Amino acid sequence: MQLTNRSKVVVNKEMTFAEKIYLPAILSGLLITIKHLFRKKATVKYPEQTRPVAPVYRGWHVLKRDEQGRENCTACGLCAVACPAEAITMTAAERKKGEEHLYREEKYAAVYEINMLRCIYCGLCEEACPKEAIFLTDRMVPSDMVRTNFIFGKDKLVEGTEADKRIDVSLRAKAHRHQ
Amino acid sequence: MEFLLIKFVLVVIVFAVSLGIAAYSTYAERKIAAFLQDRVGPDRAGPFGLLQPLADGVKMFMKEEIIPSNADRLLFILGPCIMMMTACMTGVVIPWGHGLEINGTFYPVQITDINIGILYVFGVVSIGVYGIMIGGWASNNKYSLMGAIRASSQMISYELAMGMAVIALIMTTGTLSVREMVEQQHGIHWNVFTQPLGVILFIVCAFAECNRTPFDLPECETELVGGYHTEYSSMKLGFYLFAEYINMFISSAIIASLYFGGYNFPFIDQLGLSPNMLSIVGTLIFFGKIFFFIFFFMWIRWTIPRFRYDQLMHLGWRTMIPLGILNILGTGIYVLYKNGQLHF
Amino acid sequence: MNPSLPFFVLATLSVFSALMVVLSRKPVHSVLYLIFCFFTIGGHYLLLNAQFLFAVHIIVYAGAIMVLFLFTLMFINMNKELEPHKTNLLKGAATVAAGCLLLVMVGVTKGAESLAANSNRTDVGTVANLGKALYGQYLLPFELISILLLAAMVGAVLLGKKSVE
Repeated sequence: MQLTNRSKVVVNKEMTFAEKIYLPAILSGLLITIKHLFRKKATVKYPEQTRPVAPVYRGWHVLKRDEQGRENCTACGLCAVACPAEAITMTAAERKKGEEHLYREEKYAAVYEINMLRCIYCGLCEEACPKEAIFLTDRMVPSDMVRTNFIFGKDKLVEGTEADKRIDVSLRAKAHRHQ
Repeated sequence: MEFLLIKFVLVVIVFAVSLGIAAYSTYAERKIAAFLQDRVGPDRAGPFGLLQPLADGVKMFMKEEIIPSNADRLLFILGPCIMMMTACMTGVVIPWGHGLEINGTFYPVQITDINIGILYVFGVVSIGVYGIMIGGWASNNKYSLMGAIRASSQMISYELAMGMAVIALIMTTGTLSVREMVEQQHGIHWNVFTQPLGVILFIVCAFAECNRTPFDLPECETELVGGYHTEYSSMKLGFYLFAEYINMFISSAIIASLYFGGYNFPFIDQLGLSPNMLSIVGTLIFFGKIFFFIFFFMWIRWTIPRFRYDQLMHLGWRTMIPLGILNILGTGIYVLYKNGQLHF
Repeated sequence: MNPSLPFFVLATLSVFSALMVVLSRKPVHSVLYLIFCFFTIGGHYLLLNAQFLFAVHIIVYAGAIMVLFLFTLMFINMNKELEPHKTNLLKGAATVAAGCLLLVMVGVTKGAESLAANSNRTDVGTVANLGKALYGQYLLPFELISILLLAAMVGAVLLGKKSVE
């Protein structure tokens, strides 16, 4: 089956004199390479420049809090079930008296871990979540030397309570609603 | 005594310039490779990465020195030494400029003008192959040996064709001294116009003699790991790599002075400058030509893929040598015709 | 400085390296000593003002022929067990042959003493003079040698060619 019209049938034909002396072919090759000397460079000088990341990029997860700073997650486990890579584990706990300002509902996740080495960043956890608690963000997961450091607990997943530590997922949430 | 002092200063300058240019050729190679591939190249060490050769040198020195336990120790060390020595020796006969006249005495910018100049170059180049052969054999490694053998057969084959190209040149110039050859090309009477085929032959052979792509089979990574320097590390490897760049610089200088007028440039007499000034301008132009040929070496390297070994031998023996003989024949007829000794 | 000092230094080195060619255990070392020996002989040519001969000697012998020697020797895995056994007859024949060569050499050098007086001219070995001698006085032998070389070359090509069925 022919997919493109760029394929060329190989024929073992006798070369013409111009082809046999190589020099014209070499000259045309040199012309091609010298043109590249003046082309725009494809390099991104990384630490100084960064490539633009789409705002709906699927990277490092965040566990959202509501407007009053309470965690949305109720440890229902739907995300763990939805996860095709089985990267998510959690332990549920009951909210005690006096913890109402920390957790929105009576049940919450005492431990919530995502193994970032297993995660395939598909975003199914986000779709499964009934409480709009988990979202994927445009932050990259940094590299590390030790495998255990890639198991992200709540310390790395839950966003901060202060206004400047909140992580904006409005675009991602909007993209969801349109689906 | 003064003679010796001047020659000593000249030797030091030529040596330092060769090493400096070779060092920056490594940088230029990486930069040009990058530019031809739409990349940026080394730009972290210093402004535009200009300190990169220094960083590379420090890296080379800091690496562990390894001599394989079954290697022939003495020859293993001798290999890179010969390579470096022969690379540095060729610069002696190249006329870098016409010369300066100071207080009535004329000082030519050339270390020595021996009357067999071009043969001296050939002699030194033909010794250079021992650096590769000895190093490759002493490593006691089959890849090194293969590289050494490829290098030796390639060098011998292309030295012949190179000699043929130069014989035709000697027929038109009538001298073996490089300085006289350059002086004869005054203005725009460059040898490239009388020896167009010779230039192509000479440049192709120079590529082969320097082990540069498309003739870099001795260190062919895809087949021979690292070729003759597979077992080398640290500064011994550095010597091999560095010698390659010195060779490239020297062969560029020889191509420029034999065929492209050396320190001569068009309209040299119409400028109306003093002889000393002209000489300085001529030297600068000579270096401009050298840099162009160094660029050309690199330009070719990043354009053409490597030859297969049988293609290399085929090209050397069945194309270059017959063409060389044809060139000699043609040049002979041309010389006779020019002298009015040819009657039809 | 004694004017013949360079000669004696070079001569000592030549004899030493020539001996080492024979005495070295490894064949590759022998070849390298032989190359060194060629260089010292080249030095003698230079002392006699024969620069062209020096250059050609280095290019042809040290640069090309010895590379081929080294080339073949590198392929050979020589060690004690594989060394061919030499009979006394062979050894005797070798001694006689070497003795004959020595006699010839002594005879040649005896006749050359009268030539030494002539070699004070400094320009005798330059390219121009050599060329004039080769293409003037010795034209016939020179051309005969070139025909011989051509014949040898054609023969080598014929031998090297695959036989056509």
